[in-house]
Amino acid sequence: MTGTFTLDGREIAFEPGQTVMQAALAAGVFVPHLCYHPEFRPHGSCKLCTMKINGRPATSCTMPAVAGMEVESDTAEINDKRRMLVQMLLVEGNHFCPSCEMSGNCKLQALGYTLGVMTPHFTHFFPDRPVDASHPEMLLDFNRCILCELCIRASAEVDKKNVFALSGRGMKKHLVVNAESGRLADTDFAATDKAAEVCPVGVILKKRRGFAVPIGKRTYDIKPINEQAERFKPVAPTVREKA
Amino acid sequence: MFPTNAVDIGDILDRHGRDGTRLMQILRETQEVLGWLAPETITAIAKGVGWPRAKVEGTAGFYSFFHTQPMGRYRILWSDNITDRMIGNRDLMQALCRKLWLEPGRLSEDGLVSVDTTSCTGMCDQGPALLANYRAITRMTPERVAQMAELIQKQVPVAEWPAEWFRVDDNIRRADILLNNAMRPGEALKAALAREAEADQESAANARSWREGVNAATQGPSAVLEEVKKSNLRGRGGAGFTTGIKWEACRHAPSDERYVVCNADEGEPGTFKDRVLLTRQADLVFEGMTVAAYAIGAKKGYLYLRGEYRYLLDPLNDVLARRRDLDLLGTGILGRPGFNFDIEVHLGAGAYVCGEESALIESLEGKRGVPRNRPPYPVTSGFLGKPTVVNNVETFAAAALIAAEGGDWYRGIGTAKSAGTKLLSVSGDVARPGIYEYPFGVTVAEVLADAGAAETQAVQVSGPSGVCVADNEFGRRIAFEDIPTAGAFMVFDRNRDMFEVARNFAQFFAHESCGFCTPCRVGTTLLRNLMDKIGNGHGTQYDINEIYQVSRVLQMAAHCGLGHTAPHPLLDTLEKFRPAYERRLKSLDFEPAFDLDGALAQARQMTGRDDLAAHLENAE
Ligand SMILES: Cc1cc2nc3c(=O)[nH]c(=O)nc-3n(C[C@H](O)[C@H](O)[C@H](O)COP(=O)(O)O)c2cc1C
Ligand code: SF4
Ligand code: SF4
Ligand code: FES
Repeated sequence: MTGTFTLDGREIAFEPGQTVMQAALAAGVFVPHLCYHPEFRPHGSCKLCTMKINGRPATSCTMPAVAGMEVESDTAEINDKRRMLVQMLLVEGNHFCPSCEMSGNCKLQALGYTLGVMTPHFTHFFPDRPVDASHPEMLLDFNRCILCELCIRASAEVDKKNVFALSGRGMKKHLVVNAESGRLADTDFAATDKAAEVCPVGVILKKRRGFAVPIGKRTYDIKPINEQAERFKPVAPTVREKA
Repeated sequence: MFPTNAVDIGDILDRHGRDGTRLMQILRETQEVLGWLAPETITAIAKGVGWPRAKVEGTAGFYSFFHTQPMGRYRILWSDNITDRMIGNRDLMQALCRKLWLEPGRLSEDGLVSVDTTSCTGMCDQGPALLANYRAITRMTPERVAQMAELIQKQVPVAEWPAEWFRVDDNIRRADILLNNAMRPGEALKAALAREAEADQESAANARSWREGVNAATQGPSAVLEEVKKSNLRGRGGAGFTTGIKWEACRHAPSDERYVVCNADEGEPGTFKDRVLLTRQADLVFEGMTVAAYAIGAKKGYLYLRGEYRYLLDPLNDVLARRRDLDLLGTGILGRPGFNFDIEVHLGAGAYVCGEESALIESLEGKRGVPRNRPPYPVTSGFLGKPTVVNNVETFAAAALIAAEGGDWYRGIGTAKSAGTKLLSVSGDVARPGIYEYPFGVTVAEVLADAGAAETQAVQVSGPSGVCVADNEFGRRIAFEDIPTAGAFMVFDRNRDMFEVARNFAQFFAHESCGFCTPCRVGTTLLRNLMDKIGNGHGTQYDINEIYQVSRVLQMAAHCGLGHTAPHPLLDTLEKFRPAYERRLKSLDFEPAFDLDGALAQARQMTGRDDLAAHLENAE
């Protein structure tokens, strides 16, 4: 279906098969997101992209666009919930931005700024998540994992390696790697894998490369994330068929 | 000890055709032999089914009843529903732990036994209940605890424990059309086939569609479907979707294969009516599934049985075998060429979320039980991506009755908007807990009177995800247009603390969240922590406000019904039983969640001290 819908009063055109979020981004409207990536099938787990469609809450990254929809996104009510979602992610893991290599390039941090997250608000969970430094070139700092599954999808669909997967349930859900030892060094992961570059936060890091860009020049120093909608425009998906 | 040779795994893998979609059954059977799923076992299974190892580990790690850590030769899991708590399960569990010299949740030092809690095991009318190596035990008492500790210490196999302990009663207190029916196996099916012959023109088309596999969208046995539509039967699993419309949508979905799935996950705490249906009316349920298969053109059906009902697996398989002998399953059912259908029982492994239909399908495919994105819905893209009808146990049983007796007959029972009868699982503070079947429209007060409830303060209808009904509402009716229900009916008298009821439910949701989406994964734990903070005497007005805030995020942004409904019991009790919260509040100002004295608990435990001087006075 092609046609248009309204987003916060603005008319947005969409192509056949596009989701509400893809159409918005294509039209240059930023939509908060963490588990969405232009090259991958939508996932619908972080819920940062929640909108109200015809008055009902919906996940915009998975919701197919339909002509005539009335969509609300940038409202105080919705942004309030998005802010709390970021705060939930902040207390769920261990995020110490000043010492993180991704600081300034991290989507979670960037969304925190644009959504006005001044404090984590909730009581920290302080989970125990040991770092995996076994791999010669790559480091996994699970403390920062927000469970968006982008590395899992990249490794399965693009790299065809299935290096990553999830185990556990609920609060105990966690990332695992494809080795009996549980160590990244015992997988066939390589620094050149697609999965090595998709993490929106600071989990999957190249060793000896941290803090390469000086403060002031990092991605979200230059412009806040909500002014960079063009970075996330839908592109031809790397892989679209079912994994 | 357990055998550890790989030969056993080979046999199990072969029995399941080394098919990854059968991973749940492979993991369970392997664990039954080896005791737990060790890293090398996971590797072997992954090789066997040709899946990435991490994916197999992911499935194994999702379900409460699979262990990737050794849990001992004896694994005792106490059902921890509020109804179990009300009759002392916690004290009994502590007593068992003391006798066995261990702490809940920890493996004993000799590696022999572990004791822990689990979500409601569906024995609320005969608790306190537990699972011993995944076999259901009911009616625990201090004497049984003492005996059990001895049996474990003497290492007597669970199979040799007193048979009486494993007795599960049906406790049918009121029967109506479903529980009273005396249909012989096959009767409903024969009626369905006969009906179609009446609609004569179509009958030729029907036969042809079976023989040639013609797409049922154009031609197929529609007479029985018409009856189901006419009956106005609505789903009994909670959501209340109209069954006829669901079947029709599936039948019309273009595909060469379709599936019928019976949802017997029955995870909603306080619900046990599907257990009784599967015990007493298994034929009717399977017959309903076969009618559905006939109507939509399915060749294969699955019954997804919750792991807690493991003891029903063999009896159900016996019923299936008998039905095959009677020509009611298999190829050319009742002599009708092309009418081929068979049913298999798939056992779950302890995950409430797998009751959600798309999570259930993921689990059937051997994966983590995570709800899918919708659309597409199961009726167009379900099991293995094929159109699939998922219905509750009771829905299928009712459909079989409708096939036999007709839609008009069924529609005449109940209320104008809610046709037929509903099974209620009544538990809690009543003289006669058990199963009550009523025509829709019965009032809460009538049920309470029949069950012998006195001094009732509240009823939790449809489980934690349902509604909490206070005494000024007991005139309300059980019906889709008033109080819809999946069947739970938990009764609390005036002596019960409704805050503790809500707290139990908050713990349940935090334990059962699948963890897929942020709001529910983190939010249910935040809610549980807030309830614990208030319960431990550190709460303030601020924490009550926080409950509302977090609840709004869940209601707006959660991915599935679990997250949407998780705040219900808290919001309901806050509205109707506010004093139960307020008398626990420490002050109306902020109070830190960090408990200075609590932080010293570990030090006290290590030094074996618990005297006054070992405690910090919490500053007033
Ligand atoms: C968290 C969750 C748990 C559920 N558990 C069950 C269950 O145990 N049994 C059931 O029949 N339906 C359950 N449902 C509802 C199913 O998703 C689905 O609506 C139902 O099986 C459809 O069958 P029906 O139309 O016959 O009710 C659950 C839904 C959710 C969101
Ligand atoms: S490691 Fe990064 S990409 Fe992978 S799930 Fe965690 S946050 Fe997402
Ligand atoms: S709402 Fe809860 S159970 Fe449902 S998908 Fe989200 S995390 Fe899983
Ligand atoms: S971007 Fe839509 S749910 Fe994550």
